[in-house]
Amino acid sequence: MGGVGILQYPNTPSLHNPSEKRRVIKTRSMKTATGKPARKLRVLIAKVGLDGHDRGVKIVARGLRDAGMEVIYLGIHNTPEEIASSALQEDVDAIGLSIHSAAHMTLFGEVLALLKKNKARDIAVFGGGIIPQEDIRSLKKMGIKEIFTPGAPLEEIVKFVKSIKSTRRKARTGNSA
Amino acid sequence: MKSMKKCFRNLSDIEIQPVYGPQDIKDFDYQYDLGMPGEFPFARGIYPTMYRGRLWTMRQFAGFGTAEESNRRYRYLLKQGNTGLSVAFDMPTLMGYDSDDPRSRGEVGRCGVAIDSLADMETLFRDIPLDRVSVSMTINGPAIVLFTLYLVVAERQGVRLRDLQGTLQNDILKEYIAQKEWICPPAPSLKIINDIVRFCVESVPRYHPISISGYHIREAGSTAVQELAFTLYDGLTYVMSAIEAGLKVDEFAPRLSFFFNAHNDFFEEIAKYRAARRLWAREMKARFRPENAASLALRFHTQTAGCALTAQQPYNNVVRVTLQALAAVLGGTQSLHTNSLDETLALPTEEAVKIAVRTQQIIAHESGVANTADPLGGAYYLESLTNRMESEAKAYFDKLDEMGGMIEAIQRGFPQSEIHRAAVAYQKETDNRERIIVGVNAYAEPEERRVPTLKIKGEVEKKQVQRLKQRKKSRNAKKVAAVLSQLAGIAEANGDLMPAVIEAVRAQCTVGEICEVFRRVYGEYREAVSL
Repeated sequence: MGGVGILQYPNTPSLHNPSEKRRVIKTRSMKTATGKPARKLRVLIAKVGLDGHDRGVKIVARGLRDAGMEVIYLGIHNTPEEIASSALQEDVDAIGLSIHSAAHMTLFGEVLALLKKNKARDIAVFGGGIIPQEDIRSLKKMGIKEIFTPGAPLEEIVKFVKSIKSTRRKARTGNSA
Repeated sequence: MKSMKKCFRNLSDIEIQPVYGPQDIKDFDYQYDLGMPGEFPFARGIYPTMYRGRLWTMRQFAGFGTAEESNRRYRYLLKQGNTGLSVAFDMPTLMGYDSDDPRSRGEVGRCGVAIDSLADMETLFRDIPLDRVSVSMTINGPAIVLFTLYLVVAERQGVRLRDLQGTLQNDILKEYIAQKEWICPPAPSLKIINDIVRFCVESVPRYHPISISGYHIREAGSTAVQELAFTLYDGLTYVMSAIEAGLKVDEFAPRLSFFFNAHNDFFEEIAKYRAARRLWAREMKARFRPENAASLALRFHTQTAGCALTAQQPYNNVVRVTLQALAAVLGGTQSLHTNSLDETLALPTEEAVKIAVRTQQIIAHESGVANTADPLGGAYYLESLTNRMESEAKAYFDKLDEMGGMIEAIQRGFPQSEIHRAAVAYQKETDNRERIIVGVNAYAEPEERRVPTLKIKGEVEKKQVQRLKQRKKSRNAKKVAAVLSQLAGIAEANGDLMPAVIEAVRAQCTVGEICEVFRRVYGEYREAVSL
């Protein structure tokens, strides 16, 4: 399934779709004060599990893009496997997961485990949705960096994602320099 | 408060005037614009006596964990004075997967009850007399399977089909538009819906086979006008589709019902319900010319807006829900679900649900608003707003007609992008504090008071999967294979699916197995990824 569709809306500004490589929006590297190219933060945004409540996740994806990040939006109905493999393939710095079906403990945990298995635990994982306080504590212990619940201002989410210190980004920047 | 902007626009972005008077409803004609309650165009309500004759049905949406646990909650709700049931299914059931499907991991029984086959459904309604308690089921993609399960359970309870009362949501169009829980593409989905409608016309005459839902469209971020327009237009699409399938409008239109959201802007919501009745009556009359007046009357259920609840200072939600529920009642709803204060965090606890039910009872028995029909009718502001809602919704109708209908519009992404745009605008307004949400962008507190939340035990999934495996082993495998292949044959031949699905359900085929036949024969719907 993986949220890859047959329908295309020509008038909708599209983020890139990982299965269609040519449609990837490549954002040009910008030179920093020191002359080294600074890669934009690459963030994978997806709904994990079976629920289709995508109002929030689309606002977040758009907000991060508007804040200058490279956003890969996977859409709805993704499995942890699909998310982890897209994250690796796209070499992202962070993954933002949205869920409203209360399956977060299992599915967020599986994403973390798959990243670990693939030696990619440096990818920061954060999330949002209908998630009770106790679960937020447990998820953070598991390694989820932050959880946003309904009412969270977009600005707060953008600020958080901007603050992610990506070791991958440094490594990539180093390689490409 | 510093730098608070003054905002005199409602949630549909309609500018509100400082005061309203006769000049705002200049051409007002009582008979044409309103009529008496129970009379065309039904602006004041669909019954002459409204709540004096009968109060609205207090119907709380519920379901979680196993069928046993949900059955217990239903019996609790009935004991608390609920007058109808409303079943919430878990995600695997909603998507047509069994509990043991790899895609169901972590989801079983989490946000609704897990139903895999007939045994689960029998447990779900144990000791609930289906000839006396009306049951609403929120199910869309696999609606035909859950509906037949319900029919077979009723049959086993000794209840005659003609005595069954209830509602099947069965509204796939709003799934493509907003909620996104689907199985098949539009054409076969509409064919399945027509089979259900025909079966109800012939055998379950007191049942509502489709609940045309604006609730989810609103939750996805639409304005009130968009909710009104897209929902009513979906309704017209189902009517057209059933007529094309050979049914007569008066056979089924009186059994259609609607489902709306009750959001924050009090008068806007009341105007929306009144405009909905009037616009539906007028459009039905103009487009399909029914002979039975009941075909023109719009009945509806209301749920208070889940998206208007806040995780911050959750006790404030009780007050929000009270205002929203009051708007629904003043708008003439036939049944009502009031959200519980803890629902931005988890499924509600019994205690929280009780407060929500009591809210309805206080409105019904203490406030006095149920004493007369349409108590706000004739108010300058409300009538002007009702006119405006209707004309803006009508403008959307024209656009949708021009596009060639709702399916075409969905394929172009039109309703989806309109809703997304509205959702982004709303988020911006609250982020900029042009709209104040108490406890969120104003009057916020650093230390949040915790509320207790309902926990779904992890064993639910294990237990359900084990039970399913045992049941699969103990049934007649040959029979299962035979009825499933018969079903596939009928689906391929475009025949009536109802008898074949009933056979499959009786043979203890699972929801997943039956839906798998549909996936194989009709294909799966896919949505474009877009922002």
